Amino acid sequence: MEETIEEIIDESQEYVINMGPQHPSTHGVLRLVVSLKGEIVKNVEPHIGYVHRGIEKMCESITYPQIIHLTDRMDYLSAHINNEAVCLNVEKALEIDIPDRVKVIRTIMSELTRIQSHQLFWATFGMDLGGLTCFFYGLRDREKVLDIFEETCGSRMIVSYNCPGGLMYDIHPNFQKRVKDFIKYFRKILPEYDQLLTGNVIFQERTRGIGKLSLEDAISYGVTGPSGRASGFSCDVRKHEPYSAYDRVKFNEVLFNEGDTFHRYLVRVEEMRESMNIIDQLIDNIPEGPFAVKMKPVIKLPEGEYYQRVETARGELGVYIISDGEKNPYRIKFRSPCFSNLSVLNLISKDFKIADLVAIGGSLDLVIPEIDR
Amino acid sequence: MDIVQLGEFIKSLDNDIEIKEGKQFTEINVPASNLYHLAKQLKENKETSFDFLFCITGVDYGQDLGVVYHLRSTRHNNTIALKTRITDRENPQLDSVADIWRTAEFHEREVYDLLGIKFINHPDLRRFFLARSYGFPLRKDFVDDINIVTK
Repeated sequence: MEETIEEIIDESQEYVINMGPQHPSTHGVLRLVVSLKGEIVKNVEPHIGYVHRGIEKMCESITYPQIIHLTDRMDYLSAHINNEAVCLNVEKALEIDIPDRVKVIRTIMSELTRIQSHQLFWATFGMDLGGLTCFFYGLRDREKVLDIFEETCGSRMIVSYNCPGGLMYDIHPNFQKRVKDFIKYFRKILPEYDQLLTGNVIFQERTRGIGKLSLEDAISYGVTGPSGRASGFSCDVRKHEPYSAYDRVKFNEVLFNEGDTFHRYLVRVEEMRESMNIIDQLIDNIPEGPFAVKMKPVIKLPEGEYYQRVETARGELGVYIISDGEKNPYRIKFRSPCFSNLSVLNLISKDFKIADLVAIGGSLDLVIPEIDR
Repeated sequence: MDIVQLGEFIKSLDNDIEIKEGKQFTEINVPASNLYHLAKQLKENKETSFDFLFCITGVDYGQDLGVVYHLRSTRHNNTIALKTRITDRENPQLDSVADIWRTAEFHEREVYDLLGIKFINHPDLRRFFLARSYGFPLRKDFVDDINIVTK
């Protein structure tokens, strides 16, 4: 018996498919169970836990300087900023004054981390949408930042450069020159990014008006970072609760009101410019002084609760330590930005095509090890 | 409204709560039975309007289990920590706040997964990271001889 086309494509039934855990556009082991009606997405259900290592449980049995090295492994693209969060929290609990030199170097390193993270976002987002050239351009420029990290920290991605009380070691003598060279180079190259992708008609068609997130939903779902700021949610911790040297630099908080995929992309490109401005203001004025305060060999936090927020490349990272006066925390909680950002995926990808789901997921810039922890 | 006035105002919403000035945030201790009612008021009242729930932490205090909600108001720029305790360790239950702050849906699933606190009226309460047969690892009495090596 011959079937007609209408019988084969039965529109009354939902079609459930697995996207991931090995799908290239999820950038890690995220499994999305997608319910489809034809090509239209009706429901997205994330399944996570493929790289759950129990970091919070592990931290309960190790000391604070050791915790630093585990935080690298959460959001490996914002490794330095994660380290900083724990260090700032420990320093706040012990009421230690950190030398100016440390504050300035930490800020410069944080901004370099942000630039390389957004470069990778730009590279992979372009690739997800079919522009392979972006991948080569993005990674080519990211190498230059990683080389600076390698020279100063000895490691390229998982830097572990902070320690409670300061930095592990002083900056490399070449550091300032190389950062200045990089900024000069990248200022010139960034307009190329816009020419290649931002202004591209195919790219705009695929991202404008796709996956709109309203301001109310952004706040209610706790979407922070560039994804939240694209919806007009002013949530930049660097502005609202300045830490390290952010209170002495001038920069703009990039805000848009549209909240679609295109503007989530645009916030990140603009943030690279702002990050370069911040580095410009600091790189020539690194104060002289020690690069670390001498700490006790065993760090014990006084009894109490401490919360520290920082702005990673993906949003607001919170470190919540409950201490009982011992050398390891009684309970430590990492409020990871990607975990909250993921929760909005089902809402904003409803009634779009499955190809748009790739664009929306890419624009949230998820890093899976941070969701699982 | 400054912090002291805010504390007094929140106290007027519910008589059973206990307010403590923490080092960083104002801490509000609320009995588990009043949690949902107070949370709804904190969100909807114009004077407080805590619309951004940014962190839910489950804690094992030894005797009791507890949940800490960190709330911020984007309008007034205040931050508070809302705390509650559950004494029943065998079958801990708490009202879900997922319909007040949508982000709670994921965070409560995480707390359920790691501490075994059941949230009443949660839309989709299942294990998140771990297998169904696994215990609740963030409890202090959790034992796993195979995967956790203790010296």
